[in-house]
Amino acid sequence: MSGTDVEPATEPTAARVATDLQDERLSQGAGGLKGALAGLGSRVRGGDLGVIPVVAGLVIIAVVLQSLNSQFLSAANLENLLLECVPVGVIALGIVFVLLVAEIDLSVGSISGLSAALLAVFYVDRGQSVVLAIAVAVGSGVLIGLLYGQIFNRIGVPSFVISLAGLLAFAGLQLAVLGTKGAINLPFDSALVKFAQLQFMPDWLSYALVLAGGIGLFATGFARAQARRKASLSAQSTVSLAVRSIALIVLVGAFVAYLNDSRGIGYMFVFFLALVLVMHYVLTRTKFGKSLFAVGGNAEAARRAGINVRRVYASAFVLCTTLAAVGGVLAAARLAAANQQSGGGDVNLNAIAAAVIGGTSLFGGRGSAFAALLGILVIQSISNGLTLLSLDSSYRFMVTGAVLLLAVGLDSVARRSRASSGRA
Amino acid sequence: MATAPVMEQDRTGGTGHVLSLRGITKTFGAVAALTDVDLDVARGEVVAIVGDNGAGKSTLVKVLSGVHAPTSGTITFEGSEVTISTPADAQRLGIATVFQDLALCENLNVVENLFLGQEIGPARLDEVAMEVKSWELLRELSAKIPTVRIPVASLSGGQRQTVAIARSLLGDPKIVMLDEPTAALGVAQTAEVLNLIERLRERGFGVIMISHNMADVQAVADRVAVLRLGRNNGVFRVSDVSSEELVAAITGASDNVVTQRSARRGAIAKGEPA
Ligand SMILES: Nc1ncnc2c1ncn2[C@@H]1O[C@H](COP(=O)(O)OP(=O)(O)OP(=O)(O)O)[C@@H](O)[C@H]1O
Ligand SMILES: [Mg+2]
Repeated sequence: MSGTDVEPATEPTAARVATDLQDERLSQGAGGLKGALAGLGSRVRGGDLGVIPVVAGLVIIAVVLQSLNSQFLSAANLENLLLECVPVGVIALGIVFVLLVAEIDLSVGSISGLSAALLAVFYVDRGQSVVLAIAVAVGSGVLIGLLYGQIFNRIGVPSFVISLAGLLAFAGLQLAVLGTKGAINLPFDSALVKFAQLQFMPDWLSYALVLAGGIGLFATGFARAQARRKASLSAQSTVSLAVRSIALIVLVGAFVAYLNDSRGIGYMFVFFLALVLVMHYVLTRTKFGKSLFAVGGNAEAARRAGINVRRVYASAFVLCTTLAAVGGVLAAARLAAANQQSGGGDVNLNAIAAAVIGGTSLFGGRGSAFAALLGILVIQSISNGLTLLSLDSSYRFMVTGAVLLLAVGLDSVARRSRASSGRA
Repeated sequence: MATAPVMEQDRTGGTGHVLSLRGITKTFGAVAALTDVDLDVARGEVVAIVGDNGAGKSTLVKVLSGVHAPTSGTITFEGSEVTISTPADAQRLGIATVFQDLALCENLNVVENLFLGQEIGPARLDEVAMEVKSWELLRELSAKIPTVRIPVASLSGGQRQTVAIARSLLGDPKIVMLDEPTAALGVAQTAEVLNLIERLRERGFGVIMISHNMADVQAVADRVAVLRLGRNNGVFRVSDVSSEELVAAITGASDNVVTQRSARRGAIAKGEPA
């Protein structure tokens, strides 16, 4: 969007300059693909790194871990890795929302654990239908978010403190819900467990989705470019749009083909991907999404613009706690059990680290849904690779900590160079 | 300066007041920022509010834009008494404001800031329509903004002020309030804003303008309301008041620091070697 791969809107009669490119101080990049690449280059030098550091980090991690253990990049392991990403990835997606409004939720781990416990108790102990059990579990997340929103808006307790209290309280509630048994197994033949462990997309469907994704990307890009040309604004060239879509189809298609040699892509990962895409739409293409960024950037300005700031905060909390509860359900399904450790350990910090590593600012107003996806891929790759090397969690914690520091450090450096090049 | 001559006829005559304030008081703890302030604005009238630093001008604007609730007093808008308790209320009534501190979101780009809270297509933003309209508004103000897709953080002070002014023109306001709109503007942009204020008047909007610049006030305002220490200190018709009289009302004395300065300068100009 920000002035890259632009091509002056060409009119058949005269070489008119698009409305948004008329200021003589704007450097007029070359059109088409070359212009697109040049634009990317100058953006990176200006500190607008986008997803490049995370993707580069993923490649480095993959190369290193593969050279240490040849199993790492095997199709079977990657399939597993993708599924392992989902529960905490869904939680990280929720964290993106609270970070966007410059708040925090430290209790997502406990909420996911409580949700897992509720699911197991209602489904297994009480013999209710799985749908009802899921509704109760996710509903608990919604209620907790509403409670947080009320405490935050009406009493003005900082979210850090509210969620720290929640961290303890809901971990306690989880133990109480589980009762003396402390662990409840979910039946292996239940639909939920199958969904999380055993169900993979048929080959044809996976290729069809990749193709549909590529074509959809091109179609929406083309429609937008046409609309912009019609309004005599600069627009992305059809060639660069096509190249982008073909690259996506080829790269993702090849990856899918590689996995399809083994079991393929698990449905649970597809669910996560769909969730990320929906949230990406919400954040970038809706009024609500803009209001989240506005509140995170300058809450008073947002209020004076007529935005109901309290409602925005409350929605961010509810989305976060709800996604945490969904993550808890998925984690229980993946493990086929809920126990006292569900949602404990490093779940909390991994979810927050994933959002930040993926490029969400801790200070509000910057971030994207894809941050959760990319960040959790980094964290799970490290965790999975170190497990393959039979290194225990002590190493996992240390390496993940180092990567988090690296990511935030890189972001700080990038922010400084953004400030000096006018992209702050 | 490219401004039209001052209009002299009575603009409130017959049309009635679109906005009337009676006895507006606003206290912040022990500080009475506004005490018993009255103000009327008619359709197609430019009212300037002048006063020293801390006189309560911005507070009055904030009361009218729903940022602060008044402690007491009544606001009558288009003939009926209203309460403006949130900025959204003010927006619904058609009161648009350019705040002294601009109130922009630095992390959002120009288009996003312009349309913040009034986006076209809430569930599916129409980016093209919003960008086209943005360029239209910015052109109207002779804005010198190279691209509307950069975050406001990277604009200059004057560019930001232009964005804030453009923001107030979106969505058919009936009253536009500008709190020191030209403080950071260049010569050409100041002239454009004064032109704009006159265009708003021609279109029948009521305009409330706050400025420390007497030349600007006398160039476009129909009436000048003086605030002093949070109280009304006279309302003047621009056509029958001089700069000196205004300064006297603002500072509360005809023998004030401004007249003393000009007397000194006058003495120096006459010079000793006569
Ligand atoms: N939010 C607030 N809390 C407490 N006091 C305030 C607040 N806002 C304004 N005041 C006080 O109210 C008085 C009037 O302030 P205001 O901002 O309205 O002045 P002003 O006329 O706009 O001055 P300037 O010309 O400097 O912009 C000042 O004494 C100020 O300290
Ligand atoms: Mg002020």
